[in-house]
Amino acid sequence: MDYTQFLAMKQEIWLLIAFIFVFLLDTFMPKKDQDKVGVICCLLFGLLTLRGFCPTVLGDQLAFGGMYETSTVIVNIKNILNIGVLIVMIQGLRWSAQDMVKIRRGEFYELLLATLFGMYLMISARHFLLFVIGLETASLPLAAMVAFDKHRYESHEAAVKYVLTAVFSSAVFMMGLSYVYGLTGSLYFSNIATALTAQGSSWLLIVALAFVIAGIGFKLSLVPFHLWTADVYQGAPTPVTSYLSVISKGAAAFAFLVILWQVFGSVYSQAWEWMMYALIILTITVGNLFAIRQRNMKRFLAFSSISQAGYIMLGIEAMNPMGLSALMFYILVYIFSNLAAFGVIGAIENATGKVYMQDYNGLYKTNPRLAFTMMLAMFSLAGIPPFAGFFSKFFIFTGAINQGSIAIYVLVLIALINTIISLYYYLLVVKAMFISDEESTVAKFNSSMSERVAMWICVAGILCLGIVSCVYNHLLAIAA
Amino acid sequence: MDITMIYYLVPALIMFCCGVYGFITRRNMIAMLISLELMLNAVDINFVVFNRYLFPGQMEGMFFTLFAIAIAAAETAISIAIIINVYRSVKNVKVDDLTEMKN
Repeated sequence: MDYTQFLAMKQEIWLLIAFIFVFLLDTFMPKKDQDKVGVICCLLFGLLTLRGFCPTVLGDQLAFGGMYETSTVIVNIKNILNIGVLIVMIQGLRWSAQDMVKIRRGEFYELLLATLFGMYLMISARHFLLFVIGLETASLPLAAMVAFDKHRYESHEAAVKYVLTAVFSSAVFMMGLSYVYGLTGSLYFSNIATALTAQGSSWLLIVALAFVIAGIGFKLSLVPFHLWTADVYQGAPTPVTSYLSVISKGAAAFAFLVILWQVFGSVYSQAWEWMMYALIILTITVGNLFAIRQRNMKRFLAFSSISQAGYIMLGIEAMNPMGLSALMFYILVYIFSNLAAFGVIGAIENATGKVYMQDYNGLYKTNPRLAFTMMLAMFSLAGIPPFAGFFSKFFIFTGAINQGSIAIYVLVLIALINTIISLYYYLLVVKAMFISDEESTVAKFNSSMSERVAMWICVAGILCLGIVSCVYNHLLAIAA
Repeated sequence: MDITMIYYLVPALIMFCCGVYGFITRRNMIAMLISLELMLNAVDINFVVFNRYLFPGQMEGMFFTLFAIAIAAAETAISIAIIINVYRSVKNVKVDDLTEMKN
């Protein structure tokens, strides 16, 4: 065996080293210094994130008999996820210093790195065995993280719902996979693609594909499979919720794209174009309509993230390089906007324990900076120019339109109408904060240093990403 | 009598459907976990049978099954741990009692 191929998985290896370091630190650090564990993890992971941007000479590479692939696009999407994880880590510092959590806080960072490792494998896998291992490595530690607040009943309830649906979805996914294996005789992405090009579409393939899409649809919380989302998001600790809503969703979306394009690309119009078409319409519309009547901020963002997942899927439906670059850009922007919103929710929850929308009434008078950050996040999620969210929606629609069929025009039109519906409920929050006359129930408070840093990063991202066009140009250049 | 592939595939499919049915109808979390186990094992049977009958020259399906068994064990371990946590806090393992967050 040629051991130099391990060099292809540089990012995984660095992550593993960081994981082991954090583990040793957590185990052997003296009790009195334990409160520094979180900060050290953040600094370490910050270095790791910066390292990811160093130019690599390796380029496209296959390793382990073609089971693992790395390329410029893959390195980029991993960097995007790294940025998100870094922000989540910084946001989690205050939460992990609470009395009930702090004895186990090292575990939080270990689990975070372990799930990220699984997501790396999911993204890089070119063989379904490696993909399934990555999927499980990503979702099982997440279940433990959802159950992290041992003293809170909601956390248990959310964890049960999460773990049972996660196992159910992977069983459905693997069932579909077994039929694909029976049809094509291989689990390599490339071999399956060749076999499918030769034999075309069949009813068994369509059934298998429906199972595969349903399995990943659960992870992405696309609409017929979204029922777990709201409860899990509400019950999980806020940093874990933000992790679930951006990082795990972004990684799954990219992996989904790779599977559908590389493996099932040849049966696009016969098999999955219409399945995805229906899923996208349902996801965007149902997510929006349910978001309108939510009053708990975390549930509200859960439904908003369901409909955002629908927009992300538009990039997959586009089936062209512009769709790929738009999907990556959308994930990047979505990380900043959603984490800004979760940062504000987490700060208010940590200071006062309030999570309902009526608690935000008149927030502008007591905490103007938090209200302003929240407003930027809501504008960006709704897609109001000149914030980044507008550009990400614009590019993803353009990518979809470029596919060219009449059906896609109708799909984009429906998505556009939904953008207007979503504007209503995003602005409800802004209205509560700025226009409502009621006295604020949240007294003025100072958020901690870590929360401020995380929010500053997010605000910078929201303001700059759309205007600094070289980011999108870069993504478009590498996707082509 | 010749035992062809269909004699394995149909029971596996029935097993899978029983698992789905059990997962949806059972209200006890342990019973739901058993149903999930049925579904995962149906997948394993499928892989082994396809490998044995259709592609006897290679081992890909067998290896996938081995890994799938290990993964199923990990999943069960995590689920049981979480269910025990729930039992400690509500003294019950019925899903009907876990509806606090609906409103």
